[in-house]
Amino acid sequence: MQNGRTSAALRHLTLGHLKETLRGLERAEGFRAKTGQAALPFGIAALDSLWPEGGLPRGALHEIAGASADAGGFAAATAFTASIAGRLGAGRPNAPVLWCARGHELYGPGLAGVGLAAQRLIVAEARNDKDLLAAMEEGLRAGVLAAVVGEVERIDLTASRRLQLAAEKTGCTALVLRRPGKRATPAPITAASRWRVGPAPGSGAQDFYQIPAARPWRLELIRARCGAHGSWIVEAPDAQGHLRLPALLADRSLGAPVWQNVA
Amino acid sequence: MSLTHARAILPAVGTAHAAPLDDAGALAALSTGCFRFSPWVAPCGADGIWIDATGVSHLFGGEDRMVARIARVLAKSGLTARIAMAATPGAAWALARHGRAPVCVSTSTHDLDPLPVMALRLDAGTARSLWRVGIKTIAALKAIPRATLPLRFGKLLVTRLDQALGHAPESIDCIVPQEARRRAIVFADPISTAEDIRRCTEKLVRGLCEDLEKRQEGARKLDLVFMRTDNSHQAIRVGAGRPSRDLKHILKLFAEHMDTVAPGFGIDKAVLTAWKYAPLFPTQTDSDGGGQHAGDLAQLTDHLANRLGESAVYRLAPAATHIPERAQNRAAPAEDIPASAWPTCLPRPVRMFSPPEPVEVVSLLPDHPPARFVWRGTLRKVRCADGPERVCGEWWLNRDEVAEIRDYFRVEDQDGARYWLFRDNRLTPNQSHLWFLHGVFA
Repeated sequence: MQNGRTSAALRHLTLGHLKETLRGLERAEGFRAKTGQAALPFGIAALDSLWPEGGLPRGALHEIAGASADAGGFAAATAFTASIAGRLGAGRPNAPVLWCARGHELYGPGLAGVGLAAQRLIVAEARNDKDLLAAMEEGLRAGVLAAVVGEVERIDLTASRRLQLAAEKTGCTALVLRRPGKRATPAPITAASRWRVGPAPGSGAQDFYQIPAARPWRLELIRARCGAHGSWIVEAPDAQGHLRLPALLADRSLGAPVWQNVA
Repeated sequence: MSLTHARAILPAVGTAHAAPLDDAGALAALSTGCFRFSPWVAPCGADGIWIDATGVSHLFGGEDRMVARIARVLAKSGLTARIAMAATPGAAWALARHGRAPVCVSTSTHDLDPLPVMALRLDAGTARSLWRVGIKTIAALKAIPRATLPLRFGKLLVTRLDQALGHAPESIDCIVPQEARRRAIVFADPISTAEDIRRCTEKLVRGLCEDLEKRQEGARKLDLVFMRTDNSHQAIRVGAGRPSRDLKHILKLFAEHMDTVAPGFGIDKAVLTAWKYAPLFPTQTDSDGGGQHAGDLAQLTDHLANRLGESAVYRLAPAATHIPERAQNRAAPAEDIPASAWPTCLPRPVRMFSPPEPVEVVSLLPDHPPARFVWRGTLRKVRCADGPERVCGEWWLNRDEVAEIRDYFRVEDQDGARYWLFRDNRLTPNQSHLWFLHGVFA
């Protein structure tokens, strides 16, 4: 009996020790201690409840791509990235966002309209993906930025791992925005979460001469480190970068799996 | 000629006391001013200025135009000058002082032939003895067998002749403006290993940073030039967005380009010049390092600009205009962007194409949104559209824009993607309008 109690206590001790060790290993814990914030909440319960941190983890690598490999998908992915980056920068004064771009298509007024203000944006144009990844890593390691965005077409496992490590070290969030490329399926990368964003299909336009003010998106979480995945219909971010649920669906119960149709 | 002699000829002749020191000072100042024409300038004797025009003249639209421009600038400041451009310093000296035209560009060495031997920068004794034996022009001198010349007239004559004709090298020591922030090391033995180059760079930067600290300044642009034993240069240029005298920061900027230095047979001199600098006063940092922040960000943008190119790192600054492509300007990353940005009431795309991409459009006349359009080879059917938003050219700034009127439409295609199209309201020769796709909405 005594023996059994010892082993139970031992097991309890070991389990507690393991949990403690795991928490110590968790990057988020160390970062939470430093900044008090380990995650960026979306403000939508269904999304936030997926993560134990209560939102998109900071100090990690996230991948965002367009649902379709065309300009429309890429623009939606750009806006989604900008809204996240803008809100990441909003919490910390003087912490700008470095946007490593290819080409000069970024349009400030549009980005400001989804929550990334010009004061918080620094653009770095790179000629190729290699330079771009190096610039991203330098930005992540500097530790003065809120987020680093990179418009990458080709990135492999090693490069993404480097970015992930750099992000963990400084608590700066890395956002990889996939450029639509020639290859149909991009190579897999290490990422804390992988998103696909695109215009929602079949949002019924009643009148040819009127565009609905609300912009429905289909937001798809393909993979997350916490194991969650799903797809949602949301409205494009407002000027503060907040996503919203479409009014039609918000009337329903948030807990109901009606619109969290797990793919 | 004495003054009395001169007055006898021209009674009204003006006189002034000689001031050689002031003259030298004025010449030095004028030489410094000539850096606008070339980076390699030196005073020449008491009355001339060398300007090395190698690889420079095309910036002024050719050699003739460059010379004309120099003459114009000097004339504007009230100076009468004789200017000659030639293939060698010796020839230019000769033509400027003894040529017929006050401003000339020499194209061949035969231009020197009619000039007197004095034009070869000889001392008076040599010139006189040449004159005495009947050698009066350079052409006559060239006709005489070379071997006999040094014995009789000294070695200098042959050297000067060769220098004027381009057979012997002649270098001009460039002056550096007095206020240059500069450090140099001359090596007794040429260095060539990467480690040595790194150490000498560190020494130079350390010295320069100390100089700058004494003057309370920070460097904005730095040139590090390695002079090789084979008389060629290896240069590295780096820039800092904010003035800096941080040793580690500047060394890191140089370190990225260090592998481009090819020492060849050895480097015997290294020069570091801060050619652009600004006052930089010591700042108080917070005890938690809070004041460090702006500096760290400036260092990051410097490194990125150093790696990607100076114009590749920028901020998007709002501009007060309603022409979409002019609404954002590029600003340096160190610049502060005003808080009042673009109006949010108008829908604007997140990505914009500049220049706008032409599209083929089917639309109802006179001003309906397009029903379908072909962009990048794909036909897109328009499901719904909104507009027009009329944007007129800025005719108050530019008269050509009076007729430039665009009607912008937001359209959504069958896949749900939203585009920003506009119709140029100027009629084409075949009485139709051109349509362009200017951006993509999120």
